[in-house]
Amino acid sequence: MKILVPVKRVVDYNVKVRVKADGSGVDLANVKMSMNPFDEISVEEAVRLKEAGVATEVVAVSCGVGACQETLRAAMAIGADRGILVETDVELQPLAVAKLLKAVCDKEQPQLVICGKQAIDDDANQTGQMLAALAGWPQATFASKVTLADGKAAVTREIDGGLETLSVKLPAVMTTDLRLNEPRYATLPNIMKAKKKPLDTVKPADLGVDVAPRLATLKVAEPPKRSAGERVADVAQLIDKLKNVAKVI
Amino acid sequence: MAILVIAEHDNQSIKAATLNTVSAAAKLGGDVHVLVAGAGCAAAAEAAAKVAGVAKVRVCDAPQYEAQTAENVAELVKGLAGGYSHVLAPATPAGKNMLPRVAALLDVAQISDIVAVESADTFVRPIYAGNALATVKSADAIKLITVRTTAFDAAEAGGNAAPVEAVAAAADLGVTALVGREIVKSARPELGAAKVIVSGGRGLGSGDNYHKLLEPLADKLGAALGASRAAVDAGYVPNDYQVGQTGKIVAPQLYIAVGISGAIQHLAGMKDSKVIVAINKDPEAPIFQVADYGLVADLFDAVPALVAAA
Ligand SMILES: Cc1cc2nc3c(=O)[nH]c(=O)nc-3n(C[C@H](O)[C@H](O)[C@H](O)COP(=O)(O)OP(=O)(O)OC[C@H]3O[C@@H](n4cnc5c(N)ncnc54)[C@H](O)[C@@H]3O)c2cc1C
Ligand SMILES: Cc1cc2nc3c(=O)[nH]c(=O)nc-3n(C[C@H](O)[C@H](O)[C@H](O)COP(=O)(O)OP(=O)(O)OC[C@H]3O[C@@H](n4cnc5c(N)ncnc54)[C@H](O)[C@@H]3O)c2cc1C
Repeated sequence: MKILVPVKRVVDYNVKVRVKADGSGVDLANVKMSMNPFDEISVEEAVRLKEAGVATEVVAVSCGVGACQETLRAAMAIGADRGILVETDVELQPLAVAKLLKAVCDKEQPQLVICGKQAIDDDANQTGQMLAALAGWPQATFASKVTLADGKAAVTREIDGGLETLSVKLPAVMTTDLRLNEPRYATLPNIMKAKKKPLDTVKPADLGVDVAPRLATLKVAEPPKRSAGERVADVAQLIDKLKNVAKVI
Repeated sequence: MAILVIAEHDNQSIKAATLNTVSAAAKLGGDVHVLVAGAGCAAAAEAAAKVAGVAKVRVCDAPQYEAQTAENVAELVKGLAGGYSHVLAPATPAGKNMLPRVAALLDVAQISDIVAVESADTFVRPIYAGNALATVKSADAIKLITVRTTAFDAAEAGGNAAPVEAVAAAADLGVTALVGREIVKSARPELGAAKVIVSGGRGLGSGDNYHKLLEPLADKLGAALGASRAAVDAGYVPNDYQVGQTGKIVAPQLYIAVGISGAIQHLAGMKDSKVIVAINKDPEAPIFQVADYGLVADLFDAVPALVAAA
């Protein structure tokens, strides 16, 4: 069974981004880029399924600029077998990414696609669900546990109030939540090996997908700043402030 | 044209997040209809009809909506969406799960997690863990939107008597089955709707300490309990306690952060709270940069003292 893992190149989660002075976006010049943390969890899960003998091949896919090759190499260093770059300089929105991934699925025929639940840059939380809809497949989002058997995936999901377990027919799309696993660190030998693994590049036009954005970003602004308040000396002063100044208790 | 709000409900009652979503819908101009899709959900439909500002409730009561799976609900909404200019759902796990599926079926973009309505086609949404606010304009004929509930006041839950109309069920796709749910019942207020939240982090050191120290404080203040990711990952409390970029977004009147360092992912979930209190023994902890009242102290002394004095 083949597993496809879409991996996105995003600003590293430790970076605090700055809004550009002209309000056209955030300043991404010279900031550290990494794989979306949820996608590391996805790659790890797929590789574990392969190590357990459940999956036979793990294919990583990234859509975006040429530098996404680094993200694919990082996925291969964790253990993905090969990579596919859908290369474009166009600003990709989730629906476009989902269409590209659908086209890749048509070619590759995976039984399972493991997306991250959200990308930490745009926080859209859409792509996996959209891909499932376009493919006509079931979906199991926000997964914290998965077992595959008899052409079905049993997926435990993080929902309001607790957990729910769904049984979905394969092929299906799953999206990963934080507690699914803890991704391994790629070792140096595996990073070296990853450089030799196959990486194919295709263009959206080769896949017959129109990636034109549907949403126009008119402006990007700094949120209202919250400034530090005051230090209180002790519990008594804290209570006094909360009761008599803030009046919240 | 009218606006459709997808209700979040448990067949008996409407979840609070629906009330905020109705308020967001009211800002768009047009009649607000609410869809209640469930099984044996007449009581929830009646509750929706009482919500202020609702012009009509459309109820789809059929066995295939018992578990409200994204596949079946999206199929139903796809069929109804043609009659609406906007379709809205709360940006809760349920809404985030279902609505993008409808968007793809209709071949339109989704605008996620809006915090303001500028006009019928222009919205503000946070990106990069709330470190930037993007104003986006949609060119699609039908606009699909999830709503950050903390950004809109709740509509009055009573006083209205909107007509309730049945709609036919869509096909049962039969691709997903619910195996089970483990829902933790709590007598405390819902995290998303609470006025006061007491939230604990790794500084508490264990689940036992978390409960021993924070529950009495929450009891005293009538507060909901929250947590950092580190506390959830360490198993102190269940997953749905997590506040942050990838957990719940909250904005209570009072947020008390105990033993939480204030990572950007955590701040993203609580920095719109009215008053923030931080209790941390490290004077350099970033949480103090957003706290209205910062107390540098050992939480094992400060929290019991707070319980005794509050
Ligand atoms: C050069 C460039 C500039 C951009 N500038 C902007 C901008 O200024 N403003 C803006 O709003 N958007 C911009 N985008 C688009 C944006 O980065 C996202 O690709 C898009 O909005 C998808 O949203 P999301 O990642 O939050 O989706 P989500 O639905 O949150 O992503 C969930 C999951 O989908 C998968 N996925 C998502 N995207 C990709 C991908 N590209 N390749 C592989 N898997 C993927 C991953 O598994 C991910 O974990 C830009 C894109 C590019 C390439
Ligand atoms: C993709 C991604 C998503 C994430 N999403 C979230 C999210 O949604 N929510 C979230 O919270 N985090 C999230 N995180 C994690 C985040 O980066 C931090 O790791 C986490 O918030 C830290 O939790 P903490 O503050 O409890 O722990 P720590 O950072 O370890 O802080 C513990 C604090 O307790 C204090 N302390 C210790 N002992 C005492 C004592 N006796 N008395 C007083 N103070 C004490 C310490 O000084 C310290 O400041 C995410 C990370 C990633 C990569």
